[in-house]
Amino acid sequence: MTLWFVFALMTVAAMFAVLWPLGRGGRPDNQGSEVAVYKDQLAEIERDLAAGLIAAPEAEAARIEISRRLLAADSSETSLAPNSSLKWRRAASVLALVGLPLVAVAIYVPLGSPALRDFPLAQRQRGTGPGMAQSLENLVVQVQQHLEKNPTDGRGWNVLAPVLERLGRFDEAVRAYRNSITYNGESPERRSDLGEAITAAANGVVTAEAKAEFERAHALSADDPKANYFLGLAAEQDGRKDDAANIWRVLLAKAPADAPWRPLVQASLARVGGGGVTMPALSDETVAASKEMNDGDRNAMIRGMVERLATRLKQNGDDVEGWLRLVRAYLVMGDRDKALGATTDARQAVAKDAERLRQLNEGLKNLGLDG
Amino acid sequence: MIAEAGHYALVLALALALIQSFVPVIGARLRDPALMNVARSTALAQLLFVGASFIALVTLHVNSDFSVANVYENSHSMKPLIYKITGVWGNHEGSMLLWVSILALFGGLVAAFGNNLPLSLRAHVLAVQAWIASAFYLFILITSNPFLRIANPPIEGRDLNPVLQDIGLAVHPPMLYLGYVGFSISFSFAIAALLEGRIDAAWARWVRPWTLVAWIFLTLGIAMGSYWAYYELGWGGWWFWDPVENASLMPWLAGTALLHSALVMEKRNALKVWTILLSILTFSLSLLGTFLVRSGVITSVHAFANDPTRGVFILLILCLFIGGSLSLFAGRATSLKQGGLFAPISREGALVLNNLLLTVACAVVLFGTLYPLAMEVLADFKMSVGAPFYNLSFAPLFVLLLLAVPFGPMLAWKRGDLLGVTQRLLAAGVAGLVVIAIVWAWTRGGSALAPLAIGLGVFVIAGAVTDMAERTGLFRLPFATTLHRTRGLPRSAWGTAFAHAGLGVALIGIVCETTWNSEYIATMKPNDVAQVAGYDLKLDGLLERQGPNYREMVAQFNVSRGGEALSVMTPSKRSFTTRGSSTTEAALLTRGASQLYISLGDVTADGAIAVRIYHKPFVLLIWWGPVLMAFGGMLSLSDRRLRVGAPKPARAKQRLQPAE
Repeated sequence: MTLWFVFALMTVAAMFAVLWPLGRGGRPDNQGSEVAVYKDQLAEIERDLAAGLIAAPEAEAARIEISRRLLAADSSETSLAPNSSLKWRRAASVLALVGLPLVAVAIYVPLGSPALRDFPLAQRQRGTGPGMAQSLENLVVQVQQHLEKNPTDGRGWNVLAPVLERLGRFDEAVRAYRNSITYNGESPERRSDLGEAITAAANGVVTAEAKAEFERAHALSADDPKANYFLGLAAEQDGRKDDAANIWRVLLAKAPADAPWRPLVQASLARVGGGGVTMPALSDETVAASKEMNDGDRNAMIRGMVERLATRLKQNGDDVEGWLRLVRAYLVMGDRDKALGATTDARQAVAKDAERLRQLNEGLKNLGLDG
Repeated sequence: MIAEAGHYALVLALALALIQSFVPVIGARLRDPALMNVARSTALAQLLFVGASFIALVTLHVNSDFSVANVYENSHSMKPLIYKITGVWGNHEGSMLLWVSILALFGGLVAAFGNNLPLSLRAHVLAVQAWIASAFYLFILITSNPFLRIANPPIEGRDLNPVLQDIGLAVHPPMLYLGYVGFSISFSFAIAALLEGRIDAAWARWVRPWTLVAWIFLTLGIAMGSYWAYYELGWGGWWFWDPVENASLMPWLAGTALLHSALVMEKRNALKVWTILLSILTFSLSLLGTFLVRSGVITSVHAFANDPTRGVFILLILCLFIGGSLSLFAGRATSLKQGGLFAPISREGALVLNNLLLTVACAVVLFGTLYPLAMEVLADFKMSVGAPFYNLSFAPLFVLLLLAVPFGPMLAWKRGDLLGVTQRLLAAGVAGLVVIAIVWAWTRGGSALAPLAIGLGVFVIAGAVTDMAERTGLFRLPFATTLHRTRGLPRSAWGTAFAHAGLGVALIGIVCETTWNSEYIATMKPNDVAQVAGYDLKLDGLLERQGPNYREMVAQFNVSRGGEALSVMTPSKRSFTTRGSSTTEAALLTRGASQLYISLGDVTADGAIAVRIYHKPFVLLIWWGPVLMAFGGMLSLSDRRLRVGAPKPARAKQRLQPAE
C-alpha cells in the first residue's frame, strides 16, 4: 500500500512541474537577449582600453563592428512580442493531468514488480525473507563464505567438495579436494576422489592429471577400489583393454561380496572382455567390439552407425556429445579428413552457444584434435 | 520499495521528457512564455527524478539487495563500501543510468542558470535535450533496465570484475561522461539555432561555458583513464589506440576544434556555419563512442549480432540524431547569415588551420577505429589497427599542429603579420633548438627523432611564455606598466597559455617515456637484486595477505640507489574467488616526474616469481600536461567577462602594438 502511495505522490509532483509555469502565466522579464550581450561587449572594450591591453585605433574598430551587430539585433528583437495562447495552455494542462500518469503507468506496469519488496543483505542474513529457502546452493555459498575467511579449515573443504561434485560444479570440486588434501593431509580416498572429480570435469576422460592422482592413491593403498577401477578405465581408454580387464579382475577377486560397486566393475569387465555385447550407439566400446567380426561385417556395421549418427546430427546439431562421438568414430576408422570435416560442421552447428562451443572444443582437445 | 520507487522515478522522468520535447517547441512557435517556461520546470523535475532513481540504485548496491538482478550480477556483500558504490556504474545498465543522470544534470543546469538566454532559445535547447533524454530513457527501460528483479534472491552476488575494483572507477567514468554528455548542450544549442534560423556572436557567448565544462571534464577523464590503464593493467602502457580509447579521443579532438571555432564566432562573428557543424559532429562522435562501447560491437561483431537488441537500439538512436541533425543542417545552413571576413594570415586564419588539422586527425582516428569493424562485417576478416598506423598518420598531423600552436595566439585578428610574429617567437625557437642540441649530446641513444620532438615540446611551452611576455610587455615596458597590464589581462588569456603549454609538457613526457624507458623482466628469488636505470631493487620476500573479498600475494622490494635506501615497494597479485580471476597491482615509486614500476607475474614451482620492472623517465609529464590543459580551461571558465576580438585596422599595420 505504501508503495502505491509513494507512486501517487511522485506522480503528483511530476504533474505539478508541468502545471506550475502554465499557472503562473509566464513572466517574460527574466530572460537575456542578444542586445545585452553586445552591450556587455562594448563595456569590455572600454575596460581593455583602460587597462592598456588594446590600442585606441583597434578599440575604435571593434566598437564600430559591435555597434553594427547591436543595431541589427535590436531591430530583430523588437518584432518578437510575447503572446499568450490559452487554448494551447489548456491542452498542455490536460497532457500533464491525463497523459503523464497514463504514460507512466503504461510503461511501469509491464516492467516493474510492485509486489516484490526489498531484500537487503541484513534482512536476508536473518533468514526472514520468504522465498529464501535454505537451498543446497545457498548452503554451499555459506560454507564458501566461511572458507573464504578460514581457508585452512580442512574439515570445511572435506564437506564442501562432494557437495560441489554432486551439483555438477566439477572444477570447483577439484579445487576443494585439492585444498582438502593440503589441509587434511593425503589419504588414498582423497586422492582418488580428486581423480574422480578431474575425470568428471573432463567429461569422463581419465586425463593424465587424473591418472596421476589414481596412481598416487594406488601407491598409498594398493586395494583402494576407486583408484583401481579408474586405473582400469584409463587403460581401457588408452586402448589397452587386456590391462583393463586384468586390473578389474583383480579388483573383483579382492572385493567383498556385498560391495555396492561390484555390478559396475562387472559390467566394465564384460565390456572389454566379452564380445558382442550391444552397447549404446557407437561408443568406443562398440567400435572395439566390432573388431571381433570379420572385415565386411564390421565395416558395414560401423558405416551404418556412423551414417545414422551423422544424419541425426545434421537435423539437430545441438548434441555436443553426439558430435564428439562422430569425430571419435571417424578417427577410429582412420578417416582423419572426415573427422576434421565433422569438426568444422560441429563448430558451425554449436557456434551460437558459447557454453556448448567450449564443451566441444574441450572434447576435441581430448581427442587430440586442435582445441 | 526502494527498487520499485527508483524504477518508477525513471519512468516518470521519461514521461516528463516526452512533455518537455513538444510543449516548449509549440510554445516557441506561438511565442507563449508560459508554454516555453514548461521546459524549465520539467527539466528540473526530470533532474530530480533521475537523481532519485540513481540514488535508489546506489542504495540498492550499498545494501547488497540481490533481489535486483543488476546488483546480484555486479556486487558482492563482502566488497568494500567504495566499490559497492562505484560498482553502480561498473556495469552496462548502471553506467547508462549515470549517462542519463548527467544528461539531466546538464539540462537542469541550463534551466537553473540559463537566465541570460532569450526565452525561445532556452525553450528550444531544453526541448532538444529532452529528445536525447527520451531516446535514452527508452533505451534503458526497454533493453538495459537496472531495476529488474529476481523473485527468489540468491544469497550472494557474482562480484564486480576485479579489474574494476579500483579507485579509478570512482573517478574515470563520471568524468568521461560529464565530458561526453556535456557536449550534448552545444549540440542542443546548435539544433536550437538551426530551428530558430538565427545565429550570431551572442550564441557563441552562451555556448562557451558549456563547451568549456565538457572539454575540461573530457580532458581530465581521458587522462585519468590513461593513468588507470597504466597502473592497473600491469603492462606499463598508457595508450593502446584501443577502440574504446579512440571513442573518447574523437569527441575530444572535435570538441577542441569546436572550442576554438566558437571563440572565433564569439569574438569575430565569423565561422558561424562551421561552428554549428562542429557542435553537431562533436556530439555525434560522443554518441558513436557510446554505441561502440555499449553495444559490444568491439569485442566481436559476431557477439553483437547474436544479441542485437541493445546494439540495434543505440544504432537507431545514432542514426536518428546524427542523420536528423545533419539533414536539418543541410536544409538550414544556407539560410544563415554569413559572418565577418578575414585575411588568410590572421588569428582567424590560424584557428581555421587548427580546426582543419584537428578534424583531419579526428577523421584519421575514426577511420582507424571503424575500418577493422567494417572489414569484419563485410569480409569476415579480423584485423586490428594499432600504433604503427597512428604513428604514420596521426603523429605528423599533430606535429604540424604543435608547430602552429605558438603562432596562433600571437597573430592579430582579421589581418596578421606572420613575419612579426616569427620574429617575436625567435627566442622560443632558439630555446627549442638549444634543448634539441643538449638532448642530442646527452643521450646519443634511442630514436633520432626524440630530441627533435622534445625541442618541439619546448618550443610550444616557450611560445606560450613568449605570448604572455608580449601581452604584459615584460622586458619591453617599465615594470609598473607590466604589473598593471598583468592585472588587467583577462584570465582567459592565461588559460590559453596554460592549455597550450600543457600540450608541450605532455609531448615531452610521451617522447621521454617511449624513447628511454628501460625494463627488466626476469624471475627472481628472495634476496635477488635487480638493477634498473641505476636503482637496485632487492626482493625481500613474498607474503600472503587476506583482503576483504580477495587474497593477495605481496612481494616486498627494497629500493636503493648508490647504496642509499630509498623506499619499499610492494606490488601484489590479488585473486578473487567469486569470479575465479586475479589482478596484478603494480607498485609505483615516483621520483620527480619519473617512476619506477613493478608488476608481478606467476610464481614458479621453486618459489621464484616472475617480475617486470620498468623505469619510466618523465612519464608523469604525460598526465601533468592534460591537467595543465584542464587548469587552463578552468581559468578561462572562471573568467565571466565577455570576449572581444579587436580587429587590426588596415591602415595601422606598421604599429608595434600587441594583438590585444
